[in-house]
Amino acid sequence: MEPLSNRSKKVAQKDMTFTERMYLPAVVQGLTITLKHFFKKKATIQYPEQTRERSSVWRGLHVLKRDEQGAERCTACGLCAVACPAEAITMTAGERKKGEEGLYREEKYAVTYEVNMLRCIFCGLCEEACPKAAIFLQDDKIAPARFERDEFIYGKDRLVEPLKTTETK
Amino acid sequence: MAKITFDGIEVEVEDGTTILQAARKIGGNVVPPAMCFYTPLKGSGGKCRVCLVKVSQGSAKDPRPMPKLVASCITPVQDGMVVENTTNEDVLNARKSIVEMLLINHPLDCPICDQAGECSLQDLSYEHGVSATRYEEERRSFNKVDLGPYIQLHMTRCILCYRCVYTADQITPERVHGVLGRGDAAEIGTYIENVVANDFSGNVIDVCPVGALTDKTWRFKNRVWFTKPLDAHRDCPTCSGKVTLWARGETVLRVTARKDQYNEVEEFICNTCRFDKKEVSDWTIEGPRHIERSSVISANHYELPVINVPIVPNLPVSTKKNLPQE
Repeated sequence: MEPLSNRSKKVAQKDMTFTERMYLPAVVQGLTITLKHFFKKKATIQYPEQTRERSSVWRGLHVLKRDEQGAERCTACGLCAVACPAEAITMTAGERKKGEEGLYREEKYAVTYEVNMLRCIFCGLCEEACPKAAIFLQDDKIAPARFERDEFIYGKDRLVEPLKTTETK
Repeated sequence: MAKITFDGIEVEVEDGTTILQAARKIGGNVVPPAMCFYTPLKGSGGKCRVCLVKVSQGSAKDPRPMPKLVASCITPVQDGMVVENTTNEDVLNARKSIVEMLLINHPLDCPICDQAGECSLQDLSYEHGVSATRYEEERRSFNKVDLGPYIQLHMTRCILCYRCVYTADQITPERVHGVLGRGDAAEIGTYIENVVANDFSGNVIDVCPVGALTDKTWRFKNRVWFTKPLDAHRDCPTCSGKVTLWARGETVLRVTARKDQYNEVEEFICNTCRFDKKEVSDWTIEGPRHIERSSVISANHYELPVINVPIVPNLPVSTKKNLPQE
């Protein structure tokens, strides 16, 4: 048959020479490559003991910040939820009662605030939309893998920044 | 009949019409904004000054320009009048200053305010204002006034447009609230603790252009852009019963009167409809309410599909598909 192009190669099965039939040089060659890798820098790290350094603009797990007095900054205005392209954020608002001024910064506060980490795409639009500088994506934490789906719905218990005690100050 | 030129567009209106109403007849972007003027309320207008326009020719008989900018909501048209609104830089600058003035004492609590998303002042400052304030002094603060179980008054947000006062005068049988004090001490109040309660008192919530008067039964329940507006009606003995329901799922969070594109109530509704009928079963749902695309409320908001949009003109009948009827 006429070849379609002149790029085709003729395949020929040649007899191996004596040294080739010994296989020893090939084995030695392979072992040297393996040995070389012992002295190279490792491509992997020992996670979770070690963690890779992240970029300073990395967007990881959300946090709901408190102000200098320790009061929650979030007022449940809903701008993060409306900005969220994945519709991962839901909240219900409540009115602050007398005596809770130290707990919540404004008259209205979020009674519940949930972020579904399976839906979230960590785009950071909630952070940009927030008028109260309440929600941020941390650069040092990620949402870890879990077994149950409902464990990925982070409520206020896991999102709100823990109160600073005198020891950690 | 009077023929006027508004922003280069000629329009013919009846004698005695105000410039603002003539502009609304044209519609679109040339319409001056209005914070205090309210068509259904007699005597409203002329207070907030955001509708200022330049009259560059008084009338056909006397073509001299008016010396100062005039409030278009209370100035009647004259034949041959030439008015400039968006085409005149003085007008736009004046409007910007007025927005800044209105915002001097207005608190920056939109994240808390229940009116956010449908607030005229929010829209106005977004379109005409500046994003920063030059005001360094303390903003006004007030003692809390309790207006009863239905209406929440936030005096700090009030811009003193007098709409609620006119509503109470003209829609309800008696008025118990009003503007007390003068100048920068002016405030809305009842003077002696008094409950604003009669069959139509809830309408002051609808006419308020800002979040000064809000619905207590809706207070902090949800944000307006997460609710679905539905047109609905019911057989009401005291009012027309035509309302907009703001629902989420099966629960009706708020009931308001239907408002037109200028945020003006089409028909005033009674307090029973507004505050007591919070079940979907109380109402006959007509369908989703049309919300302007520019409004935040239209986010994730769907309307009835338009069947067979003629994208390709003169499509043969056989290629058309009928959508399944529910």
